[in-house]
Amino acid sequence: MPEPVVLRVTLNGEPRELSCLPGERLLDLLRGLGLTGVKEGCGEGECGACAVLLDGRLVNSCLVSALQADGATLLTIEGAGQDRELAAVQAAFAERGGVQCGICTPGMVLAAGALLKRSAQPAEEEIRRALAGNLCRCTGYVRVVDSVLAAAERLGPPDPSAQE
Amino acid sequence: MRVELEPLPAVLDLRQAMAEERADVHPLGPVVKEIRIAKGDPEPVWSRAAHVVEDEVESGAQEQLYIEPQGMIAWAGPEFVTVTGSLQCPYYVQHGLCAVFGLPAEQVRVIQAVTGGGFGGKEEYPTVLAVHAALLALKAGRPVKMVYDRAEDLAATPKRHPSRTLSRAAFDHDGRLLALDVDFNLDAGAYVTLTPVVLSRGALHAAGPYRCDHVRVRARAWATNTPPHGAFRGFGAPQSCLAIERLLDKAAAQLGLDPAELRLRNLLQSGDTTATGQVMREEIDLTGLVETALELSDYRCLRAEFARANAVAGPEDPRRGVGLAVFLHGAGFTGSGEKRLASRAGLELDGQGVVQVLAASTEIGQGAATVFQQITCGALGVTHEQVRVAQPDTAHVPDSGPTVASRTTMVVGGLVERAALALRAALVADGLAADADPAAVARALRERGRSHGGERWIESYQQPDWVVWDEENYRGDAYPTFAWAAYVAQLAVDPLTGETRVEEFTAVQDIGRVVNPLLAAGQIEGGVAQGIGFALLEDVRWQAGRMANNRLSTYIIPTALDLPRIRAHFRETPAGYGPAGAKGVGELPLDGTAPAVLAALDQALGARLARVPALPEQILPLLTPEATHA
Repeated sequence: MPEPVVLRVTLNGEPRELSCLPGERLLDLLRGLGLTGVKEGCGEGECGACAVLLDGRLVNSCLVSALQADGATLLTIEGAGQDRELAAVQAAFAERGGVQCGICTPGMVLAAGALLKRSAQPAEEEIRRALAGNLCRCTGYVRVVDSVLAAAERLGPPDPSAQE
Repeated sequence: MRVELEPLPAVLDLRQAMAEERADVHPLGPVVKEIRIAKGDPEPVWSRAAHVVEDEVESGAQEQLYIEPQGMIAWAGPEFVTVTGSLQCPYYVQHGLCAVFGLPAEQVRVIQAVTGGGFGGKEEYPTVLAVHAALLALKAGRPVKMVYDRAEDLAATPKRHPSRTLSRAAFDHDGRLLALDVDFNLDAGAYVTLTPVVLSRGALHAAGPYRCDHVRVRARAWATNTPPHGAFRGFGAPQSCLAIERLLDKAAAQLGLDPAELRLRNLLQSGDTTATGQVMREEIDLTGLVETALELSDYRCLRAEFARANAVAGPEDPRRGVGLAVFLHGAGFTGSGEKRLASRAGLELDGQGVVQVLAASTEIGQGAATVFQQITCGALGVTHEQVRVAQPDTAHVPDSGPTVASRTTMVVGGLVERAALALRAALVADGLAADADPAAVARALRERGRSHGGERWIESYQQPDWVVWDEENYRGDAYPTFAWAAYVAQLAVDPLTGETRVEEFTAVQDIGRVVNPLLAAGQIEGGVAQGIGFALLEDVRWQAGRMANNRLSTYIIPTALDLPRIRAHFRETPAGYGPAGAKGVGELPLDGTAPAVLAALDQALGARLARVPALPEQILPLLTPEATHA
């Protein structure tokens, strides 16, 4: 039996020590902690339903070994409410019909939030490119894109002092 | 134990099934279900008509590809079975479990968990998974959870039936449709399952929204040795609507008419009869619907512009096309189906005056819960805080029938509305003023809740007397009402790669009164997206009867980059049959999207494709004829 390994991470804003097995997927580790907003849609990095932010970068947690998260800051949809951009995206999705069945929504919200952090006022094409790794079967993406545009508008232009 | 296996030659697709007509594939024979529809007499028309057009169209299997795979948790003992999982139809699952375990319905409980999409794919198969999980739970004496991974889900669950349609139409000099003959064929797979009802809906949509005095439809479902095909949003109609629309496009080319013009000359009007002899009692304005779609999409200008541009296009210039499809979708169960179901739904008033909607219709992302709450609030005259929607649980909600066939708002919503009106009438009898404001209604509900806590208001579906259906001869009122639509696709084909990009999509429809505009538009946009996948991308590859590309890296569905901004436009005629004049909406967009895309490809390529999905592999040779001679 492989020995469990202890990871130190910041998970949704809290420092945590987590025990994982070598070879364990980050997806399974997080779901095992009850973070079931991380969804498994394909297990091979195609659908984006298991997306999380690892040190601010969008990753498919089905393709990331839990060990790779040692020392990292992790954000799942459960922590999105604390984040300025993600919370704005969540609110816009709820108001504008960006959600239908909701399975792709956690990944979509994280992908859209990650986009708005690097590009505060994206054009539609840029949004579509940023969300192309997150499959949705319900919406046809129209209201998903509209939700991201609305969130960007609500957040306003980037704060010039933050850019420096 | 010694097992001897002798591999026999298998029948693995529809063409082979139709060519070989092998009797040993299924106990029912090579054809497991046949339906015939007859109106007038086409025979004498063929020889005297100015134009006769023949066509053949095929469509492949399509996977529902809900993003959440199927899953179920079961508890079981000698006297009970309880399951919860991802499913569309709790009472279907209960029915299946009762049959397998020999238990009465009271001892079998099915609870719908939050479900991540269905599209028909969770209509039938969850019963199989529930039985597997419950049998294991009984044996193990422990709860059992079974969750399919994507490969298992794709390999095992039913997909849209592959189809092959051979059709013929006769026209007079002016392009009026005189006679129509449709030979509609579906690949059932190895078991019958839902195939007869899918075939029925396909047959009933085979003549499209066109007036024609002489019609023959012969619809057959053929047994093969593949996994069985089943329910997918549209339920046979996308295949037959594709065939009739392809036939009309071919006819337009042969007659030298614009495809839109040919359609405008043949649209059904109020008072006309369909192929089954159903008189169109409702107000229909298909001409207005088509003209709206043509105007919103700028069809006529684009058609002329693309014809000019394609004629002078260089070898690397994109070829563009614009195409129209006109179609209908019968809402609710076919024929006497709703009468047999006799669905029940209603409300419960609790001790605090909160009203709970009781229905077995499941929320699977389409907005059932929101619409039920909205209908109840409207009929009662209260705000949404006062109304909740119960989780579908066979121990708590009545059997409202399955969550399929675009029936939830129209049929079950109608029952909920009636229950709410009955409750409102009871409040008025208690002394509530007829013009009471929402706060006063809420007070009256609290008062009544205190004295009548737990009171239920359940309504049962009754089919109106004027719906008369002859199942034996396929005559009469196939559906109580139809939704109508005209879709326009505009696209560009890259001549170097053969890739097609849909650049604009205009979807105009009449679904009666639109109960919730945001959700209704979401249904259309999502349905069009699946239809574009059906038309251009989604190709189930079979290898010895198994799905070979059972992964998301090899079965391709549209991403945000593959789709245009889909424009949904509603022309409301509040003549519908459901609450406040609503009709069904969910399946409609699947029927007309692929034919609109294929019609646009006709123009872009200057050649016809007769099979969906239309993949770059089929498109490229049409653009570079010299390559085929090289």
